[in-house]
Amino acid sequence: MKIRQQALSVLFADRASLGFLALLAAVGVLVPILNVAVPESSPLHLSTYVVGLIGKYFCYAILAIAVDLIWGFCGILSLGHAAFFALGGYAMGMYLMRQIGTRGVYGHPVLPDFMVFLNWDALPWFWYGFDQFWFAIVMVALVPAALAFVFGWLAFRSRVTGVYFSIMTQALSYALLLAFFRNDMGFGGNNGFTDFKDLLGFDLQSDVTRSALLLATAVTLAVSYGACRMIVTSRAGRVIRSIRDAESRTRFLGYSVESYKLWLFVFSAVMAGVAGALYVPQVGIINPSEFEPINSIEVVIWVAVGGRGTLFGAAAGAILVNYLKTFFTGALPEVWLYVLGAIFVGVTVFLPRGLVGLVPALSRDR
Amino acid sequence: MCVRELLTNKGSDFRRVLSVREVRYGEWRPLWLLLAVCFVGLQVSAHAQTDDDGFRAVVSEFGDANFREKEAIAERLLDTGHASARAVLTALLEGRFFVRDQDQQPFIVESTDEDLSAFALVDVVSLESAGSAEPDQLSRVITNNRLRRFLRITIARFALSSPEVDVRVDAVKQMLRSLDEASIELLRERAAEETESSVLYEIDTALALADLDEDEAGARLAAVNTLSDRLSPDVYNRLSALLERDEDGNFVEADEDVRLAATEGVRRIDSARDFYSVIETIFFGLSLGSVLALVAIGLTITFGVMGVINLAHGELLMLGAYTTYVVQLAMPEYIDLSILVAIPVAFVVTGLVGVLIERTIIRFLYGRPLETLLATFGVSLVLQQFVRTVFTANNRPVVTPTWMSGTLQFNEAFSLTYNRLYTILFTLIVFAILLTVLKRTRIGLEMRAVSQNRLMARAMGVRSEWVDAMTFGLGAGIAGMAGVALTQLTNVGPNLGQSYIVDSFMVVVFGGVGNIWGTLIGGMSLGIVNKVLEPFAGAVLGKIFVLVAVILFIQRFPRGLFPQTGRAAEDS
Repeated sequence: MKIRQQALSVLFADRASLGFLALLAAVGVLVPILNVAVPESSPLHLSTYVVGLIGKYFCYAILAIAVDLIWGFCGILSLGHAAFFALGGYAMGMYLMRQIGTRGVYGHPVLPDFMVFLNWDALPWFWYGFDQFWFAIVMVALVPAALAFVFGWLAFRSRVTGVYFSIMTQALSYALLLAFFRNDMGFGGNNGFTDFKDLLGFDLQSDVTRSALLLATAVTLAVSYGACRMIVTSRAGRVIRSIRDAESRTRFLGYSVESYKLWLFVFSAVMAGVAGALYVPQVGIINPSEFEPINSIEVVIWVAVGGRGTLFGAAAGAILVNYLKTFFTGALPEVWLYVLGAIFVGVTVFLPRGLVGLVPALSRDR
Repeated sequence: MCVRELLTNKGSDFRRVLSVREVRYGEWRPLWLLLAVCFVGLQVSAHAQTDDDGFRAVVSEFGDANFREKEAIAERLLDTGHASARAVLTALLEGRFFVRDQDQQPFIVESTDEDLSAFALVDVVSLESAGSAEPDQLSRVITNNRLRRFLRITIARFALSSPEVDVRVDAVKQMLRSLDEASIELLRERAAEETESSVLYEIDTALALADLDEDEAGARLAAVNTLSDRLSPDVYNRLSALLERDEDGNFVEADEDVRLAATEGVRRIDSARDFYSVIETIFFGLSLGSVLALVAIGLTITFGVMGVINLAHGELLMLGAYTTYVVQLAMPEYIDLSILVAIPVAFVVTGLVGVLIERTIIRFLYGRPLETLLATFGVSLVLQQFVRTVFTANNRPVVTPTWMSGTLQFNEAFSLTYNRLYTILFTLIVFAILLTVLKRTRIGLEMRAVSQNRLMARAMGVRSEWVDAMTFGLGAGIAGMAGVALTQLTNVGPNLGQSYIVDSFMVVVFGGVGNIWGTLIGGMSLGIVNKVLEPFAGAVLGKIFVLVAVILFIQRFPRGLFPQTGRAAEDS
């Protein structure tokens, strides 16, 4: 009871959170209505493409909040969060592959197309259970969590910090990239998974399913945001911030710095995995390029653009930068990398507190 | 490629082009060897340059000749001394000599692979490409066993009398794969007058192989003993064949002493081959490691002195590689020198870019290493796109100079490629220069002072801002020189940098940040480990193992093999 009161007071006490959640609710409700209920002839109608785009942005926003939680509040810069995102995506992708059933090109009842193509005659053991939705959902959280736990435990225990930690996470992501490219890993190699048919029996191509997915993503985004707010405003949140500002001093005060970091890192990885799982059915494909180190670095820049250490800033940064990406890769593809590079340099040099830093009232709670 | 043009040049020029092509287009090798042989044939009888029309007329006679007549025509062809004679006869021997049905013109066909829908035609006189034709428009000039045997011997005799040692060695090696009485006879003749030891060595091998079929056990024993220090795969296969049993369970080789000698011989060849393959793996590892060290050294300098992680380092490598390409464009006449010119040019170009990056971006970010990482990543994106805009996204060709191509052949089981050798050498030279700069010059002293204690150095009058700019410039310049070396090992394209950046970070972290010796040793060890793992695990899996191993290593030694010590290390 006390916790719930606390949570509510945390969320509704500050205006920025309130505004963010209200906006989210508005988009989550309005966009599906405009897509499904408003007829196509109406100027208010939103195409399914836009619905998918917004859903994709929301997934990125969850990922950005996950990165902001550890970077903005605990000073841990992970350059491997795209790996957790991709692992969650692969877990969901495996479920979706199993759902295809006999509708694949080769029509095999159990084996996905690429396994038939590779002349495999049985499902590898790690594919067992993925025909069950609940199992896939558990794995979406468990696999990134396990990897983050092992990696974080090793790293934090031996006090690998700062840029060393960043480079190690980048190497981890790179190693996974190389591994998932291999055909004999059993994850579709270069091509990954695609050609999904349905999710829980709902056709993935239908407008209603798309809108429902968007709604689910919006809800997940709101819940993740709320959870992160709760963490950072709690007592543990104060410890976490003090670790960011003075790690040794916090340790000398008797706090177990390593456990705080580790659990925060694992939680963040789970959020990234969930974001990946929501992302895959909406974009319809998952392949090893999601592990590319550049993706992880881009996530960090979303956070930096919005303003680190604010959570809603991270979400806003993710949506803004990705909107720019959609715009430029469509209109002026050769200019996009210049723009992105300029954003990287400009934000770090001129806007160390991000766009949120431009509005003093919003950034006071740092 | 116009062969005739080449033939009019001096021999050295021709071989230069040849060796370049051999390395760059390995799959063309047989064709080029063939052409090389033709060229040598020309040298023998350059004085007797018959007119091409006469030669073509003789070649055309093959069309309706019978087997006996074909032998005579073949001899007449060789007597003309024409440069293309050998190529024509070789094609005839290999069933690649055709006559076009519509005009009865003779042609050589490059390959008669069944998958080909059209055969690529080669003119019999000039050996230049002469279009293509569908297989059913051509009739093959047929040969029988007798004619083929005759051709093989004739061609071999022709090659054995070549003034070029390499051609003679190759001819013997060719012959020992299919020895018959005529060729053994020919080799015996040649052995009597041959003076060159490398040719004699091969003839010895061939004759010993022939002796393995002798009836007398003593002769076979002697042959086996001769062969047991030869490393060629042909010898190895013949010796192992002696130890096999036939269907009835009897040994192929009846005499026990010969079998024992053969067992011993196979064992000796095996151990020699193992030995050489270990050396070769180490050499490959060292060459990969020296590339890694070369690529990482610039990073470790900037990180050690300035605490700056430069994610644009890979793109500075790429700029160095493109500088090489531009230098080669600027001096097409002096390709051999271009690499040597490109090294200082690349150093200056990328060094200036580095100073520019430092002055405009990085100096605003000191004390914020994580932000520097992001800003330099932004720079890397801009540089990549810049290169795509200027040079397009396609790979650019960089020519390998003569002196860097080819291999240093020690024996049949062991050879080192020159480009790898030079890479190792280059890395060592760069390290030596760098150490000298750091230990013996004023700027080096100031760099070390700043890296140990920035505030104290400033108090002593060191202009730390200037030192920072110089350090970053130096690190970038070395990256540029590494880029020049990379042009010889990989494709020059906009993504060149990205493929090396993670590896070079691993080297820096493994060796210990800011430690030059650590980087050298770290790079070499990672290179060797990579190459040792490769045969067991495959290239990709091996790389994954190394990455995971480094990640685990960092848990145990968070500051690398050679950590910085003293007060500087404590507050970094």
